[in-house]
This record gives sequence, structure tokens and C-alpha cells, in this order.
Amino acid sequence: MSGDKAPVFHVDGSRTAPTDWTSDAMRKRIAKRYAAERRFKYLGLAAVVLSASFLVFLLWVMVGNGISGFQRTEVRLDVDFPALTGGAQAASLTGPQAGTAAASMDLPGVVSVAIEAEYGDSGAQIFSPGAWQIVRKKLLAEPSLIAAKRTLWLPASSELDIAMKESGNAKTEALLADLRGKNLVRTGFNDTFLTGSDATDPAQAGIWSAFKGSLMTMLVTVLLAFPIGVLAALYLEEYAPKNRWTDLIEVSINNLAAVPSIIFGLLGLVVFLNWMHLPRSAAIVGGLTLALMTMPIIVIAGRNAIKSVPPSIREAALGIGASPVQVVFHHVLPLALPGILTGTIIGMARALGETAPLLLIGMRAFIPTAPGGLTDPSTVLPVQIYLWSDEVNRGFVEKTSAAIIVLLLFLLTMNALAIYLRNKFETRW
Amino acid sequence: MTDNDATNDPRARVARQTGGASSAADGPFQATGMADPKMSARGVNVFYGAKQAINDVSIDVGMDNVVAFIGPSGCGKSTFLRTLNRMNDTIPSARVEGDIRLDGEDIYAARMDVVQLRARVGMVFQKPNPFPKSIFDNVAYGPRIHGLAAGKTELDEIVERSLQRAGLWNEVKDRLTDSGTALSGGQQQRLCIARAIAVDPEVILMDEPCSALDPIATAKIEELIHALRGQYAIVIVTHNMQQAARVSQRTAFFHLGTLVEYGATSDIFTNPRQEKTKDYITGRYG
Amino acid sequence: MNQQAGHTVTAFDAEMSDIRGMISDMGARAEAAVEAAMKALRTNDIDSARIVVAGDKAIDAIETSVERRVVQTIALRAPMADDLRDLVAALKMSGVIERIGDYGKNIAKRVGALEGHGFLDSNDQLFRMADIAGEMVRMAMDAYARRDIDMARAVCVRDDEVDQIHKDLFVDFIAHVAKHPTDATEIAHLLSISKNLERIGDHATNCAEMVYFSQTGQSLADEFE
Repeated sequence: MSGDKAPVFHVDGSRTAPTDWTSDAMRKRIAKRYAAERRFKYLGLAAVVLSASFLVFLLWVMVGNGISGFQRTEVRLDVDFPALTGGAQAASLTGPQAGTAAASMDLPGVVSVAIEAEYGDSGAQIFSPGAWQIVRKKLLAEPSLIAAKRTLWLPASSELDIAMKESGNAKTEALLADLRGKNLVRTGFNDTFLTGSDATDPAQAGIWSAFKGSLMTMLVTVLLAFPIGVLAALYLEEYAPKNRWTDLIEVSINNLAAVPSIIFGLLGLVVFLNWMHLPRSAAIVGGLTLALMTMPIIVIAGRNAIKSVPPSIREAALGIGASPVQVVFHHVLPLALPGILTGTIIGMARALGETAPLLLIGMRAFIPTAPGGLTDPSTVLPVQIYLWSDEVNRGFVEKTSAAIIVLLLFLLTMNALAIYLRNKFETRW
Repeated sequence: MTDNDATNDPRARVARQTGGASSAADGPFQATGMADPKMSARGVNVFYGAKQAINDVSIDVGMDNVVAFIGPSGCGKSTFLRTLNRMNDTIPSARVEGDIRLDGEDIYAARMDVVQLRARVGMVFQKPNPFPKSIFDNVAYGPRIHGLAAGKTELDEIVERSLQRAGLWNEVKDRLTDSGTALSGGQQQRLCIARAIAVDPEVILMDEPCSALDPIATAKIEELIHALRGQYAIVIVTHNMQQAARVSQRTAFFHLGTLVEYGATSDIFTNPRQEKTKDYITGRYG
Repeated sequence: MNQQAGHTVTAFDAEMSDIRGMISDMGARAEAAVEAAMKALRTNDIDSARIVVAGDKAIDAIETSVERRVVQTIALRAPMADDLRDLVAALKMSGVIERIGDYGKNIAKRVGALEGHGFLDSNDQLFRMADIAGEMVRMAMDAYARRDIDMARAVCVRDDEVDQIHKDLFVDFIAHVAKHPTDATEIAHLLSISKNLERIGDHATNCAEMVYFSQTGQSLADEFE
């Protein structure tokens, strides 16, 4: 059948047999090509599955370890407020003087008396030393509590907490079993973790100060790096003449993006702390250092985004009589914005997770209260995680993992915000 | 107004427009010498780095005629077109020498405002390139940046007038907020023409405006050019000789950067004087 | 003027040369028809005359063919400049040559009517006119084949001679009829033949003018004004 086809004539008059597409050799060749296609597809799929499984593994371990950080063991306590506070009135706990009023009631004393009354000597081991703060919080939230006897669930001590979640020594286990038997113990939500600051006692430790520190540092970083990065990218792409100097600058920026972050920490130490004498461990210094680190990434992403705006749009705008600045801000920038925002997301995500440079500029101190302003000493989430992971107390293990979960959620929210902004600005072509 | 009025023998008209020189008796041709040209070029040379792209071209463009630039690929017609509104300024290696005047003013003089020049000499490009904005914003952009409208009503009027002149109003009047890029190719090109018209130019330069369009869209644009003739001086660069023949009253043939022949379209296409022109238009070139 | 380089699209060249070939063919046939008709007239050969009359159909067929081909080429090739003029010239010439063929046929038809009257023996002028007219057609077709405008000009010049002979013959024939009214029919035929030959000369001039137009784009008549 294949021999019946007409011969192929070439330009020089020679003839060859036409290609036989159905011969065995051809069929085998085609089969091999399809096989290669399939192999490649499965290889790609395997790579994706492997990466996904790493991610799942990480999340699984983190969540598994950290979820208990959001819980705390609570023990029941009956408090006879009228008797112990000497008939304090609910009215005194309302209004602007409530804090002073609460302080004057000696709530720590009230609580320890109540504990001793109910649990005797072992009471100190059962409850957390910060339990009175919870009572204070509840009273300020609901002043009417002070009028009668109340049953409160207060946080247990660290040992009891650990014994409840994992295991403790024999004595604590016995105590726990005893309390359980009497239905005096339960597991509740640990809001101190989210609202409190660093503490030596894991049961009282919270990440709010680190979170706020991260927030302020990120704010400083983005406010500095984004405008400078975008403007630099615009200048380099639109206005800079194409000569040796701009090539040098381009190479330098590319290299800057690859510099290890700890070197930026060193730079921050020398320039911001030693030269400019900015307050050590402050959010502003951290923000400045991270801005230095993030800016090259934004410049690179910005340049690529601007390069990808088709020249036909620029020509159309110029042809209408727009000045170069108008071309850039009315046409190029809006079209390049999605790409720039993507670069910013990448840069900010990296900055959020940076620990080394911030350690060098001293954001590793023990911060018991949340920072008030940019110049107050603060710490950031990754550093807090690092510090807690160093702690001896077993209670901090779960706190570390819980902090990691918070960090991941922060990251996700930040990315979601940037993606939302990017989609909003993405104009459909 | 037809091209071949009974009272207008083509040769007499050319003679009038070339300042009285008789076309048959003259040596090569007369590209200049128009009585009141809108734009005039004298001895224009354009270099891209060391390479010369345009070689001593002199030509006049008048208000009441459409001029077509024809020639093989790489002959410099687009390059020359772009010198008329200084678009070559955007190319760093381009250098323009010679005298080009708009209404007698040298457009390459230091005190000529490029931004204003480009509003007076508008350009329509080969591939339709509407801004990724709404149809209204596309047309309104020019008037907005040049401050041509006192208020919103005036801007609306300008937009409506431009779209009507471009023959697009009836097709888009109900969807001015739709994206300009959602239109068909031919409509997009008419939108670009409306955009150029909106800034009230005096000259419109068209660089192969129909080469990306189908025949029906092309015909609509040719009809539009015919309607606009007389209101603007129009120069159109085209690869398609039949289009040049249909659309223009005067044709200039470029070859390797030189202006070989410039004359009335009917003369160029029925009895060209230069051998090179004849070879090109009869398909004997190359 | 020599034919310059061929078109990039060679099929265009083939079409043009086909059409030119058909015109040349027509011209040769028309010229042969006139010559044969005059010969048949002189020798009173009815059979030859019939052949001439039958041969006219072929000329008509070529004319129709040329028309069709020219319209097709214009539609498909969008010819410009000299190609366009060539085609327009070919179209006009085909009509003109067809008429020359018709006159030849007309002359041939009259062969039987002039039998044995001896008028033709003393009518050298008529045959001289036929010779000149035939030569004009030949020259015009030569000029066409060779694109020779000088030869075209020469054709136009000779038309005056033909016209003059016709005028003289006209006067002679009228005078003869006045003297010999019974010969009216034959004289009428002779007048027609003379008129046909004069028209053939005019048509040959038209062909020459077309040749001149296709080569230069100008009208030959303007030159002669």
C-alpha cells in the first residue's frame, strides 16, 4: 500500500519515495515521543506532589504541636467577693477610676486567700501566679461580679498545664487526677497568648508584643521600600540613558538582592545604631534595615513589570501629546502595578520572616510590655520564636509552635491583601 | 468632490500645485513648490547611528489632499512619516537633519514644544492600540491632558463629536464605559482615529492603518479618510498599492530612503515617469 | 522600446502574452481576409469568397475570447501603468480588428455581383487603395508586436493617402452613374467596397493609435493636431 503513493519530485528533478508514515520504524518513533511526553508529565506531577507533601508535613507538625498553645488548663475557684473585698461596690469599678479602684482592692491578696480557702497548701501549685490578673480583667469587664459569691475558672500553673497536655512528674499527675475526679479542671481558650507579652512563665506568655512589633516594623519597611523601589525602577527604565553607568547600577542592584540578610543587619548596626544613635531594638531601626533589604527586590520586580508594558501603549500616549511623566503615571505604572505588587509581596514575605539582621540590631531583648511607638524597644515574631525555642521550660515548646502558626497566618493575610490589591489593579486587556 | 472633475485635467492640477511647472516638460518631478503647504520638508536626512535611513528628501504636504507614501519594505517611508511628528525622538540612536516646518515653523527648533506638536500632528499606528481604559476615557484622555475642555459637558461633547467624525458613535454610544480593547479590530482602529481627532489636530499621520484589518474594516476606514479629507492634512503610509490608489490624491514613491517620484495619484498609477516607480507598481520589482 | 523585466508573478506575464498573441492572430487573419477578398474580387472567384465569409466567424470568436480574458486579467491582477494600458489597448483593438474582418467579409460578399462587367479591369485605383489599406493593417500589427511607436506614426500618415483615393473614386463613380444610369447597381457595390477600404484604413490608424497610447500613455491624435 505504501508503495502505491506517487513519488515526490524535487526542484532539481530527482525523485524520492514519499515519507511512509505508517511503517514500523515510524510508529516506534512516534510511540517513543509520546512516552517521553508522558514521562515528563509524570515527573512534573511528582515534583509538585513532593513539594505539596513537604508543605503538608510542615503544617501538620506545626499545627499538631502548636494547637495546644492556644489552649490552657483552667481550675475552678469559688471567690466570695463581698467577704474578701470588704463589700466593694460594683459602681466603683466603672468609670475612669476603675483601674485605681481595682488596684486598691488588692486582688492578688483576695485571690490567694480564696485559693487557700478552697485548696489549702497545694493551692499555690495548682494556680498560675498570674491568675489574679484574669480576675482583674473579668471584674473590669463585668463589674457586677463583685456583688456576690462567684465561681471562676482561672488558669492553672505551668506544671499542671503541661501535665494536662502531655505528662508531668508523679506528684503533678496525682494532683491532676485528683482534680479531674472532682471535676474541678477543664481546658479553655488561652486568650493570654494572643493578648499578652513575653513572660518567664509559659502559661502567661503571649505574642501580642511581638505581633505588634512585627506589624510596626513591616509598616516602616513598606512605607520606605515601596516608594523608593518603585521610583528607582521607573527612573532606571524610563529616564536613565543606556550607558555603562546604568549597566553598573543594574548589576549592583541584582547583586544586592542576593546579599545574605545578616550583612544588612551589620549595616544597620553600624549606620543606624552607632552612627545615627537611633534607639536600640526599636521598630524603626528594624524597619529601616529590612527596607534596605527589600528595596532591591522591588526594584528588580518593578523593572521587569515596566519592561513588560508593550511599547505600543507608550507610543500611543506619546502620539497624543502626553509628556514623558504623563506617559509613565497614566499608562505605564497602572499596567505595571500588578507585577510590582507581586514583587512587593515576595519582598515583604521575606522581610517578615527575617531573624538574623534583627538579632544583630538588638531586637532580641526580653520585652515584657507591648511597644507603644516606633522608638520603643520591641521584638518581632521570628525573633520571639527563636527566643522561645531556646527556653528550657517545656511549656515553651507548644508556645513556639503556636507562635509559628500565628506567623504563618500573618503572612497569609499579608499576601491575601497584596493579591487583592493586585487583582483590583489588574486591567483586563 | 471627485478626483477627476471634468474641468480638472490631472496634469493642470499638478502643475498648479507644483507652482506652475509643467509636469511633462520638467525633468524628474516637482515635489515642492506648493503654494501654501501645511507641512514642508527640505533636505531631510535621518540616521540610525551610522546607518542612513532617509536621504535628502524634500516634500510638501497640503491641506486639501491625502498623500500616500508607497515603497518596498525598508525604504524609509515609515521613518520619514515619524519625523513629521518627532516620534523618532523616542529612539536614542536616531538623528534627524534638515528642515521640517509646520505652518512655517521649524518643528525641530529648540523652542518648539514637542508635546504640543504631537497634539497638532496626530498619529494612528499600524496595530490598533487603544488604551486599556473605557471607550470614553480613551477619547477623553487627550483633551484632558491638554486642558481642552472647560467642564464635563464640554468633554462629553468633544468625545461625542470625535466619535461621530470617526464613524464610531452609533456603534458605541450605548457602551461608552466598556473597555476600549473589547472592540473588534476595525472598531479599535476607528477609536484610535477618534482619539487622535479629539485633540483637534491639523495633520493626521497614518502608518499602515489598515494592514491588521479585514477588508470590510479597511473599507470603512478608507471611507473615513475620504470624509476627513479637507478638514485635516492626511498622510498615509501603505504597503497596499490599491489602497494608495483608492484613498489618496497625491502619491510619493520612496526607494532605499530617497523620494523617487511624487505626483498626482492618477498619474503615478497610469503613467509614472520614473522607471523604478513603474517597476514597483506593476510588480516587476525584485 | 524593449519589453523590460518580467513580473515577479510569472503567471501575469503568461496571461499578458496570451492576450497579445490573440490580438496578433486576429490582426493577421483580418489582413488575410481583406487580401483574399480583393483577390477573389479581381478573379471573380466565388469559392474563395465563400471561404473568406466563413473565416470571419473565427475572428469574431477571438474577439469574444479577448474581451473575456482582458476583463478577467483586470479583475484578478489589478494591473497598473503600462500593464493597464496594454490591456485597454488590447480590448479596443480587438473590437477594431473585428470590424476590419467584417469589412473583408462584406467585400467578399459582393464578389458575385460584379461578375463580368469589366469595371474592375480599369479600376487600378481601387486595388491600389486595397494594397495600401492592407499594408496599413500589416504595419499596425507589426508596430503592435514590436511595440514600435515610429511605425505606428507611419501608419497614421498613410491614412491620408487612402482617404484621398476614396474621395477621387467617389467623384469618378458618381460621374459614371450620371453618364450610365443602368450601371447604378454595380457602381453602388464599387462605392461600398471603396468605402469599406477607406474604413479599413481608418481602423488600422485606430490600431496604431492604440499602440502609441499603450507605449507612451499619450494620445497620438494630440501629436497630429
